[in-house]
Amino acid sequence: MPVVHIATVVPISQTVGANRIVPAIAIPHPLGDPKMDPAEEKVARREMVEKALTALTTDIEDQTVF
Amino acid sequence: MIKIVHYINQFFGQKGGEEAADLPIELVEGPVGPGTALAAALQGKAEIVKTIICGDSYFNENEEVACMGIREILDEVQPDLIVAGPAFNAGRYGMACGKVGEVAHSMGIAAISGMYVENPGYELYRNFSFMVETSNSAAGMRKAMPAMAQLVSSWIEKEGKLGTPEEEGYMPRGLRVNFFAEERGAKRAVNMLINKLEGKEFKTEYPMPVFDRVEPQPPVIDLSKATIALVTSGGVVPKGNPDHIESSSASKYGEYSIEGLDFLTEASHETAHGGYDPVACNQAPDRVLPVDVLREMEKKGKIGKLHNLFYTTVGNGTSVSNSKAFGAEIAMHLKNAGVSAAILTST
Repeated sequence: MPVVHIATVVPISQTVGANRIVPAIAIPHPLGDPKMDPAEEKVARREMVEKALTALTTDIEDQTVF
Repeated sequence: MIKIVHYINQFFGQKGGEEAADLPIELVEGPVGPGTALAAALQGKAEIVKTIICGDSYFNENEEVACMGIREILDEVQPDLIVAGPAFNAGRYGMACGKVGEVAHSMGIAAISGMYVENPGYELYRNFSFMVETSNSAAGMRKAMPAMAQLVSSWIEKEGKLGTPEEEGYMPRGLRVNFFAEERGAKRAVNMLINKLEGKEFKTEYPMPVFDRVEPQPPVIDLSKATIALVTSGGVVPKGNPDHIESSSASKYGEYSIEGLDFLTEASHETAHGGYDPVACNQAPDRVLPVDVLREMEKKGKIGKLHNLFYTTVGNGTSVSNSKAFGAEIAMHLKNAGVSAAILTST
């Protein structure tokens, strides 16, 4: 079962051994930003989740940051 | 003269190999096997008064009884020190040596042992004994025994007040000891950084734990038929944190339903996570657990299904061993539920 890790501090994700990694926006709000306009924020979140789904459908051999 | 009791297994006790592994505890006068070399090295300083010999299977299968026996012996003999092994990479022997150290520790008796760094007895019982690092097989006896004898000598000379693992040659015990450093932390950190930048040798004061690796799993072939689950270490929980997941050093994870929810709100969910500003997450928990966009993708058929349960814990200061256990259990739940893939979000 593949897992994608959405995390802001990518080196931590790499250290703990996540194989599919999607960098996030910020530590307290990885998939959003209170400074953005709500509609814009949701677009950003959707893009990140889409990237995560791409990661889950991609064949990898090693740790990969998407 | 220091009184030592030596613990060894059936093999080093010259009772036999695997066929003698069920041998119960035997108490013998004086040193036996590797103990004779130890006794010779410690001549004039210490005496091995008794040797405990026990089969590896017996000890591990009857741990409680074996420990009771060890306790009785130590109570009667009243040694100053117990030496166990060396166990090299023999798992059962290492576990027994480690456990003997724990029993001795509970009675206020110091224990010195030796084993291979990957012996499970080291990881589990390192707090209780001073363990010398040995090679992984008994072929290393010629190095292991002098190293253990050296540590015993230091222990005697320093009246039990051994220095750091590095100074004394034992493996780290996972214990923190307070001391006054000459320079403050900020200065030491900058010095370390300068040395690193100059390509000089520098030494961390806090080595990072070693994490194990898992093989990358095969990808999802068809998203439109896949069930995707959400997991987070960001502490998103139903409002009120019904299971009282701790804000740091979490001892548990939660499993909660999102069935019928199109998105998360300030009224329905919050974060239990300490250590980061929770305002953004509490206002819109989708910022940590993106239920909203995944639900839309489910409705549009981009993904087959959003799993109706999500799993959550707090990553703040949570130990690697707890995290590992949570991860294994969560993965098992997901697998049993027929989930195809998981999105793990971290704050």
